Amino acid sequence: MSIPFGAATRLVAEREVKVLVRTKGFWIGFAVILIGLFALTVLPKVFDSPTSVAVVGDSATESLTDAGFDVRRVDDRAAAEELVRADDVDAAVVPDGPSGVRVIALTEPPNEVLTALVTAPPVDLLEASEVSPGRRQVVIMVFALVFLMFGMGGAAIAQSTVTEKQTRIVEILVSTIPVRAMLAGKIAGHTLLTLGQVAVLALAAPIALRLGGQGELLAVVAPALGWFVPFLVLGFVLLASMWAVAGSLVSRQEDLGSSMGLVIILVMGPYFGVMFFSDNATVMGVLSYVPFSAAVAMPVRLFTGSAGVWEALLSMGVLAASVAAIVLLAGRLYAGSLLRTGGKVGLAKAWARAD
Amino acid sequence: MLTVTKISRSFGDHQVLHDVSFDVRPGRMTGFLGANGSGKTTTMRIVLGVLGADGGTVGWRGEPITPATRPRFGYMPEERGLYPKMGVADQVTWLARLHGLDRAAARANTDRLLDQLGLADRAGDLLESLSLGNQQRVQIAAALVHEPDVLILDEPFSGLDPLAVEVVLEVVRGHAARGVPVLFSSHQLALVEQLCDDVVIISDGRVTAHGTRDELRTRYGTSRFEVVVDTDAGWLRDVPGIRVVELDGPRAVFELDDGARDQDVLRTALDRGAVRSFTPVVPTLDEIFKEAS
Repeated sequence: MSIPFGAATRLVAEREVKVLVRTKGFWIGFAVILIGLFALTVLPKVFDSPTSVAVVGDSATESLTDAGFDVRRVDDRAAAEELVRADDVDAAVVPDGPSGVRVIALTEPPNEVLTALVTAPPVDLLEASEVSPGRRQVVIMVFALVFLMFGMGGAAIAQSTVTEKQTRIVEILVSTIPVRAMLAGKIAGHTLLTLGQVAVLALAAPIALRLGGQGELLAVVAPALGWFVPFLVLGFVLLASMWAVAGSLVSRQEDLGSSMGLVIILVMGPYFGVMFFSDNATVMGVLSYVPFSAAVAMPVRLFTGSAGVWEALLSMGVLAASVAAIVLLAGRLYAGSLLRTGGKVGLAKAWARAD
Repeated sequence: MLTVTKISRSFGDHQVLHDVSFDVRPGRMTGFLGANGSGKTTTMRIVLGVLGADGGTVGWRGEPITPATRPRFGYMPEERGLYPKMGVADQVTWLARLHGLDRAAARANTDRLLDQLGLADRAGDLLESLSLGNQQRVQIAAALVHEPDVLILDEPFSGLDPLAVEVVLEVVRGHAARGVPVLFSSHQLALVEQLCDDVVIISDGRVTAHGTRDELRTRYGTSRFEVVVDTDAGWLRDVPGIRVVELDGPRAVFELDDGARDQDVLRTALDRGAVRSFTPVVPTLDEIFKEAS
């Protein structure tokens, strides 16, 4: 009469999902990420008014207007200076000498205006980047941040495990279904939720980029985004099993902090690693194969164009293999510590599993 | 029948169960009596497979219990707990499905039980919003919802008000009446005395007595009688074959020696005057318990 492993897993997963989507925190967190994404892509367009330049005389008007500047004609240099001082315009261009012009600005040379006024020699880039460094940095930051947020979201698994231990419902569960089905169900439920959220984000990102008029960035981000989804999900499973163990080691919510340290490091590590070393090819190369950081480092490398498809597949293979190993390991630790109440269970004790 | 055979268990150097053996028969309420720390909960956890035994076996219908048969057990752990942030009906239904019921049956059983337990109007509320007594009733529902073949209830009545005890009792008895063996532990002797058909007494991890309630009373009962007459009962001291245990004016308690007959004593008393009362003194479980432990 006992229900099959798969059915037990599904029931546990179903409960985890239902309970989590009923909490306000889940929706607030997700809304914050979505809003953040749109803000990052759309807002610059809204606030990005063209640079304004006060111009005296006709000499530079045409070229500046052509270059997209907001040109304001003024009568003399004094009036132009006044507008610059009042911060009404970003710079002023006044006649200087018979045919030349002089640029006036408040604190820094207005590079944009200068570029428009000089005739630059032609430049040939041998390895042209399709994305400006600034934008590249923003995309990397978004990847890392999304990984960080979902990785931390796994803490809900630890909390759900402690709740079961603390309320002792775990005794009823253990006497009914296999402990591994409980673990599998938790991981499956939370992974599904994460996959759902990431999928929504992956669909929202192109929309946001289009709205923000960053179509050309979209072309570059899209393939990396496609890779990011499976990598993030696999990485999440890895973290999820560790969150579950962290939860099973303690008996009360208040003690959760003491067992979560390692997992938090494993979530923060890849985030900071990628944020700090995104320009260091060697470090990124290593990070993109280390199971935990691979989830974010490999998609970033694909985005920056420093890794080929075969590298991504290899890294994903390594990640999948470590997922299998860690889940098995976690299963034993989880089973060994789930019914031990009282203080914190040491890892060695959990492993020994004297039930 | 649930058969517990020679179960032993140690925690570290401390052996908490020594060859514990007893049966729980179908359709009978078996009271599991013992002081705190005597091994009741450990035994029940082993029966449920929550804990392993160092030695011994637990059998159900003549076969060892496996993870496949265990979902047919209903269990109420000593330390209560369900999901605080889950709806009452939702979680009882969920537990029923976890025990193998399909969605419709799980829902129907949940509704019926919550109704029987007087919780129908709280079905949609979160568990944590209920009073402790009501949470306890939900816990009973959780143990019974899958119509278990065996019921193991650890201190099911502790924390219940008298009204709730009645309600819960009725539901549990209904199960026993359908032929389900019920094992319930308690340290409230009066309650067990009133409820149980069979008794298992455990002390320091050893079963010191088990049998039907009446068997135990007879076994542990000495041949004691209480007699109340109109005048001073002091003359009883001179009646051969009996030993007066207590004497208080017209009331006396005496014990029969082997071979002596109570009816002879009654006749002697009647010869001397009116007899207001003449009753065998049956030991309470309390007394048996003290003697057995």
